[in-house]
This record gives sequence, structure tokens and C-alpha cells, in this order.
Amino acid sequence: MPREFTPKVITANALLEGDVVYLTDDDRWSRDLAEADILTDEADAQYRLLQAQSRSAEVVGAYLADVRSGADGPEPAHFREEFRRTGPSNRFHGKQADGLQQA
Amino acid sequence: MYKYTEFDTAFVAERNRQFRAQVERRIDGSLTEDEFKPLRLMNGLYLQLHAYMLRVAVPYGSLDPAKMRQLAYLAERWDKGYGHFTTRTNIQFNWPRLRDVPDMLDALAEVGMHAIQTSGNTIRNITSDHFAGAAADEIEDPRPVAELLRQWSTDHPEFQFLPRKFKIAVIASESDRAVMKSHDIGIRIVERNGTRGYEIWIGGGMGRTPMVAKRLKAFLPRADLLPYLEAILATYNRLGRRDNKYKARVKITVHETGLDEIRELVEAEFPNRRAAFTGIDQAWLDRIDAAFVTPALTSRDPAPYTAARDADPVFRAWTDTNVTPHKHPDHGIVTISLKAHGATPGDASADQMRMVADLAETYGNGDIRVTHAQNLVLPHVALADIPAVHAALRDAGLATGNIGLASDIIACPGMDYCALATARSIPVAQGISNRLEELKIEHDVGHLQIKISGCINACGHHHVGHIGILGLDRAGVENYQITLGGDPSESTAIGTRTGPGFAYDEIVSAVERLILAYLDLREGPDETFLQAYTRLGMAPFKSALYDGQGRAHAAE
Repeated sequence: MPREFTPKVITANALLEGDVVYLTDDDRWSRDLAEADILTDEADAQYRLLQAQSRSAEVVGAYLADVRSGADGPEPAHFREEFRRTGPSNRFHGKQADGLQQA
Repeated sequence: MYKYTEFDTAFVAERNRQFRAQVERRIDGSLTEDEFKPLRLMNGLYLQLHAYMLRVAVPYGSLDPAKMRQLAYLAERWDKGYGHFTTRTNIQFNWPRLRDVPDMLDALAEVGMHAIQTSGNTIRNITSDHFAGAAADEIEDPRPVAELLRQWSTDHPEFQFLPRKFKIAVIASESDRAVMKSHDIGIRIVERNGTRGYEIWIGGGMGRTPMVAKRLKAFLPRADLLPYLEAILATYNRLGRRDNKYKARVKITVHETGLDEIRELVEAEFPNRRAAFTGIDQAWLDRIDAAFVTPALTSRDPAPYTAARDADPVFRAWTDTNVTPHKHPDHGIVTISLKAHGATPGDASADQMRMVADLAETYGNGDIRVTHAQNLVLPHVALADIPAVHAALRDAGLATGNIGLASDIIACPGMDYCALATARSIPVAQGISNRLEELKIEHDVGHLQIKISGCINACGHHHVGHIGILGLDRAGVENYQITLGGDPSESTAIGTRTGPGFAYDEIVSAVERLILAYLDLREGPDETFLQAYTRLGMAPFKSALYDGQGRAHAAE
């Protein structure tokens, strides 16, 4: 039996700043995981990923990341994604310091 | 110190001009990421977890004040005010923006620096002894040979697409301060019957299959170095496994082919290579040699140093760990710790970099080194000036007296920055050094090298740590394996795993138990951790780690 498809978001790094970005339901790239579109259908997720990967003038390395649904939208299912949406733990840099609107 | 010739300057400028155009073409859409990625990697530009990262080469770890000040300028102008010195004696900037990188490279070129071949399957930055030119036990300064290799390997057309990356270290003493036997090729300058030559070691490396290098040649005449290295590289280029990235390093080629067979192939290729060298390389080496004159050190009364040691116990303790005897008796080699307790190993702020540059200029004959242990060195300081150097370092937060002690930890960037990491390493280093500081035991513990990697690639040298720590992802949770008995010195050894790993919130206490067990087990203060481990074996340390924990270690 095929493994059940778990909820995902599309994430990448912005071409110019390198900052982590997420694909929203209206196909914008947001710096904020809370704005990411949660994909629950595998075929849809693969299709959206292909579209996202073609936007190479905007982002680098788009992929599907597992999430859980939380009170404020998607939450990372894996600690790597927790660091990506926050910034390093040894210095107050990255998203945690810069805010979510800019890199 | 070597200064760029017109050729070097023109070469770097041309590469920078090309890269600027490549960045523009990437941004305007003419190049895809697949096309651009190999080009940016050739110029040291990675895309990491949160941002781009620029890795700048510090050839054989040598800097001068102008270079150091320019690194400080880059950190402030285009980064977040700091840089990270690495175990390859390079420096990494963690937050550059793509558009700014060409300007950063131009700024580096102004002081004779670049980021070429700090990535990719090429010959990487040549490393050397960070005490070169100052160490009492060296036959000669190994850096001219390292510089010759830098020039030979930079843009060498035959070796731009090797099966895998290739790392070379050069030393010139019995003591190995450069982890020479963990390199693809290790070179030791030796003397036989009054003639200088090279001992050639091959196939060392860390990563997922750690190996200690094997001796390929006991004595290679000076004039044969480049053709012999070309014969090795050509053999590897032909035999190296391109089908499997994890078996592509030369250590695997040597392991699978056998040392004797490799030697025969190299010797068979050597005459072809030798014929192409007319001796111009040796004339060139002489010119390089002339640039590496050890500063003319004058005799200075060391009385102020002795007086300060007698008067100030803090100064005395710092000199015990951070000052090494110089070949000139009135001078000392000062190691500046970038391992303040609780700080990120290897990080230096722009202000700290400028302070070190100032000290090198005022007291250090303009010479600065980066060590593979992620510290800085002022190799030529008059003993009489060391009290003033210490006072200045103290004001800059750089006077931690812990070189060679348990808090002088090597740690890779780990999952706080690195896209390849499977777990964090920096906070583990911070946790251990903070714990040691709370317990105030590290001076009692003495020489102990802890090395932490955040993935199996082993940038944090965990395999050769007396205590090695490897961070892994076990079912979505950070888990840390411990190895014991590794040795980065001339008696190079790979550590042995203790058993099941520890969770992130357990690893600091686990290391503490090991250290406390050592204090109980040692025969006296003169027996180091490594000696005690060698004498007693794994059992008592394993017992300290695992007995009485009263819980199952599911994460084997």
C-alpha cells in the first residue's frame, strides 16, 4: 500500500538574498511560513512544485517540505525546517532578527 | 609573505570580471541555476540554509594586517559584522547577497585574495603548519612549497574536474600541527644525508570513511615534486570512482587499488611528467622562497615577560596555554583563542579582526596565521611585548587562555548554517565550554581536544578528536555519537565509537561524565586524557557514559 501523502509546503531560497521563501496559495513567494499554502493532494503538490521550479529567475532549489497544521498555519514537521524558518541558534540573525517581510 | 605578481593580479581580475558577468546573466535570466551553480562554486559561493555563503581562501593560513583589515571591511560592508574561520584555515562570510559578491571579490583582489577553488572537485586551499617560519622544530618554512603548489594547482587545466575534491597539506617538522595525514596528499619536508626532499603521504581523509594516509614515497628529490604530484593526480584522475560520490576520494582509490599498485602506476607515469619540467618551477620556487624571509628578529631582554608572569596569575595561566616557544629565544608564538567560553568557535568580529591586525603590525612583524583549529596566531612576538599584547587582547575579548584545553573545541557550522548538516554542532560546543567554565576544571584536565561535526562529512574533524562528536538525524531528532581515542597529531589515529548516541539535551552531560571519569582514572596530572584512554581502553569510559543512566538508548 502506498504511503499516505502528508501535508507539504513548497519552499526554496530567494535568488538575490538567499533567504528562505514559501509559496502562497496565490503563487507569491512569502518569507513567512504562516503564509504558505498547505498542499494535501499529491498530484497537486507535484504539479505546483514543477511550476515553482520553473520560476528560476526568482528562487533556487524549490522542494516540498513536510508540515503539520498549527493554530497559526503550517508548522515545520522536521527540525531542519524549524531552523530554516527562524535563523541560526547561535546568533540572532536571519528571519528571527530581520522580520519576515524582508531578507 | 608572497605578494601577487602582475600575472596573479591580472588573472584574479579577469576571473572576477568573468564572474561579475556570470552573476549579471544569472539575474537577468540568461543563465539557469543549473548553468550558474558550477560557476559560482568555482568562485567559492555556496547557497546555504539561510543565505549565500562566500568561502575565501587563506592560502596556508597566512594573512598580513592589510588582508585582515580587508576581511573586517567585507564583514562590515557586506555581511553582519563577523566572519567564520574554518578547519581548512579559510574564512566564510555567512550572509552575502548575490548582487554584492562580485564587489566582495574585487575588494579581496585589492589585497591579493580570492575565493577560487574553495569549492568544487579541484585541488583546494593548500594548508600548512600555522607555526611555519617560527617553530623551533622545523627544517625550513614549508610555506614557499605550499605557495608553489597554490600557483601550480590554481586553474590547472588537467585537474579542474577531478573525481572529487582534493586536499593537500605541507609541513616541515616531525610534529604535525596541520593534520597532514588526514589529507589526500600530505607532504613533509625532510632531510636525508644533508639533502632536502619530500616524504609523500597519500589517501588520508575524514568523511564517512576515515583513513590515515599511507606513505607513498620516503624521499622525493626537490626538483621532482610537481611532476610527481602530477603523476599522482593523473593516476587518480583516471582511476577515481566517478560512479559513486561516496567512493570518489583518493583514499578509496588507494584502498581499493592497493598502495603498491598505486605506487607502480605513479612511478610509471612519472617520467612522462618529469620530461615536461625544464626546471623553471625550481627557479620559480627560489623566487617564492625569497618572499618568505623570516623577519629579522633582534635580541630583546625578556625580563618584562618574566616579571609579568610572576606578578599576574591570569597572565601566567594564559601564557602557559597560548604562548609557544619560538626558534628565537627572546620571542614567542602567540595563539589567539577564538574560543571564548560560550562563543562560536572560529567566529571573529570585524573589530576583533582589526585589533589582531593592529597587534600584528605593532608587535608581530606584520604576520598573522589562521589555524585549522579555528584560532589565530601571531607567530613572531618579542617576549617583552607579550604583556602588552595580552592586555590589548583582554580588552577585545580575545584573551581566553585555553589553547589545547577542553574548551578549545573545533566545531563545523552545523545545522545553524550548513545545508548539508544533519544536526547542530555550534550550540554543543557552546554548551560544553560553558559547562567547563562553570566547573572550573579545564586547567586541571589539561590537554584534551574535542571536535564536533554536524554531519558525516566531518568538517569538524571529529574522527581525530580525543573526544569526537558526530551529530546525526535519527528519525527526525538530533542525535550525537561519541568517538574516543582519535589523534590529530603525528601519531594520527581515528577514534572508536563508544556506542549508542545521545540526544541534544544529553550530550553536554555525557561529555562531562567522560571528563570526570578521566580525572578519577588518570595516574596523575601528567597523564593526558588520550594517554589514559590508550592505557585503559574503552571500558571505563563506556561505563561512565552509559552505566546508571537507567534508560534505554533507543537511538543506536
